[in-house]
Amino acid sequence: MTSVLDQPAAEVAPVKKKKRSGSHNFSGSDRVTLGAFVGFPTLLHVLFVWIPAVGTILLSFTFWDGIGGLKSIKWVGFTNYRQIFTLDDNLPVAIRNNILWLAVFALIASPLGIILAYYIDKNLKGTQIYQTSFYLPLVISLAVTGIIWDNIVRTDGVLNSILGNTNADTAISWMGDPHKNIWVVLVIASWRHIGYVMLLYLAGMKSVDASLREASAIDGATEWYTFRRVIIPSLRPVNVIIVVITVIESLRAFDLVFILNRGTNGLQTLGVLVYQNIQGESARIGWGAAYATLLFLICLGPIMVYLYQNFSKGND
Amino acid sequence: MVTGEKSKTGARIAVGVLSVFSLIWVAPILFTILQSFRPFADVVSKGVMSWPNHLTFENYTHAFVQSRMWLFFLNSCEVAVPAVVITLFLASMIAFVLSRYESKFSVPLLMLFTAGNLLPPQLLFIPLYRIFLKIHVPHFINSNGVLYDTQLGLILVHVAIQVGFATFVLTNYLRTIPKEISESALVDGANVWNHFFRIILPLLRPALASLGVLMTTWIYNDFFWAVVLLKTGNKRPITAALSNLQGEFNTDYNLLAAGACMAFIPTLLVFFAMRKHFVAGLTLGSTKG
Repeated sequence: MTSVLDQPAAEVAPVKKKKRSGSHNFSGSDRVTLGAFVGFPTLLHVLFVWIPAVGTILLSFTFWDGIGGLKSIKWVGFTNYRQIFTLDDNLPVAIRNNILWLAVFALIASPLGIILAYYIDKNLKGTQIYQTSFYLPLVISLAVTGIIWDNIVRTDGVLNSILGNTNADTAISWMGDPHKNIWVVLVIASWRHIGYVMLLYLAGMKSVDASLREASAIDGATEWYTFRRVIIPSLRPVNVIIVVITVIESLRAFDLVFILNRGTNGLQTLGVLVYQNIQGESARIGWGAAYATLLFLICLGPIMVYLYQNFSKGND
Repeated sequence: MVTGEKSKTGARIAVGVLSVFSLIWVAPILFTILQSFRPFADVVSKGVMSWPNHLTFENYTHAFVQSRMWLFFLNSCEVAVPAVVITLFLASMIAFVLSRYESKFSVPLLMLFTAGNLLPPQLLFIPLYRIFLKIHVPHFINSNGVLYDTQLGLILVHVAIQVGFATFVLTNYLRTIPKEISESALVDGANVWNHFFRIILPLLRPALASLGVLMTTWIYNDFFWAVVLLKTGNKRPITAALSNLQGEFNTDYNLLAAGACMAFIPTLLVFFAMRKHFVAGLTLGSTKG
């Protein structure tokens, strides 16, 4: 399946004759073509991704009601940051939720995905059925995922039915209780994340040299030992991408909580707070921008790791 | 023989674990599909776990006709299809230049695209929203005369973000293809234009197929940008329109289930038809070229 796409990089490496741009002889029309090929996508990407990103960071240091023109923007230094940390009750909840999200993904969901990949890699009977079931949540949008799970967790839903809490007075309000609902959401989010990790790991394991396993087996290592001590360490690029995905997905969290209860009542996340402070009459652009910048600062770590992984060697 | 016995029990444990997990994984989906065929009144009187005594298409006809899910589905396609085609085209162009005409700008440019794709969307949308209110478009695109609240705006944002990921993937992909293939064409005197359209684009076909399937699913499934950049209910894609089916006080959960099924069944069909491409697309970005 990936064989077409993952052609061995080894074939290319030795051919690396370094060419300087000056060594090409371009005609005028070639120059125009090349310029357009690079310029147009770059312009679009910079205009609609990087300029807004920098804009948000700048806005986080300003006061702006969003109604007046750009001239009504006032520079206020770190005031917004001081205010969100001292005045906004939503921030501690959001930070707690994002940390919980990250912890559950990193300590439970991702390892579970890796273990499932280990079992699936054994190519047992029915392996296609298992794989397909784990991939399904990846194909379904998070908004629809929220609706699907609402059938299970709403007060008169499946879960209470199974637990025998059918009486409206004694039924547990899984989503309404601000101490319980985040855990429910984390189960739903993990339902999706586990399949994602499994898929990536499985693809990685298929690329592991068979001789590695054989050598380990000859040394008398058990399969499980081989998996932990030989295979996992040999999958560095996949491990990195899983770390990156785990961190970034848990920080971005928006769709699921938004569809379930608009990200209120215990389900606040940083991603939702950005939105809530921008919408409506009492828009506080500065606060929203400050939340977005916080989000960015935390994402910066995994972004750097990913860039380092992909650009540190061989490609310059 | 001892090892044989051992691996047999091992296999049994594995099958057990996998079966239980698979069942947990598909149960919510199957349950939603079942709900979508049950009348709401039936479920209200007998409970969600009751045995259905009759099934009906009523929820589907209601969702399709009264709730106009067909319109929202078409809206989704009108955004996803052009966005994916434009993204892949732009990303192929730049990946071609970055991998075949390397210069001192290649690596920084590729890093820019790769990092841009990883930025949280919340970091972008405040200024984007403002910029879109300022960009003027002809009235046949939007009666308000601005880019905000148009499908064109939504397409542009999707393209701008996804082009980052696609460029990263396609550049790495092209780097694994020996340059000799290109060089023979250059000896024949092909110019840059022909080099791209005659040689590189056909080479990219397998990667484009995988990326195309993956990105269609992503953009079709998008919820965030649709909520943020569109105001008019009629323009919303199906994922965002579903929340309209959630009533303020009394939600018809079976109608909602039918709407949810209508939203995810197309993606499931695409997935089953092109599973290899979907999986390959997801793993393309994770394996170093």
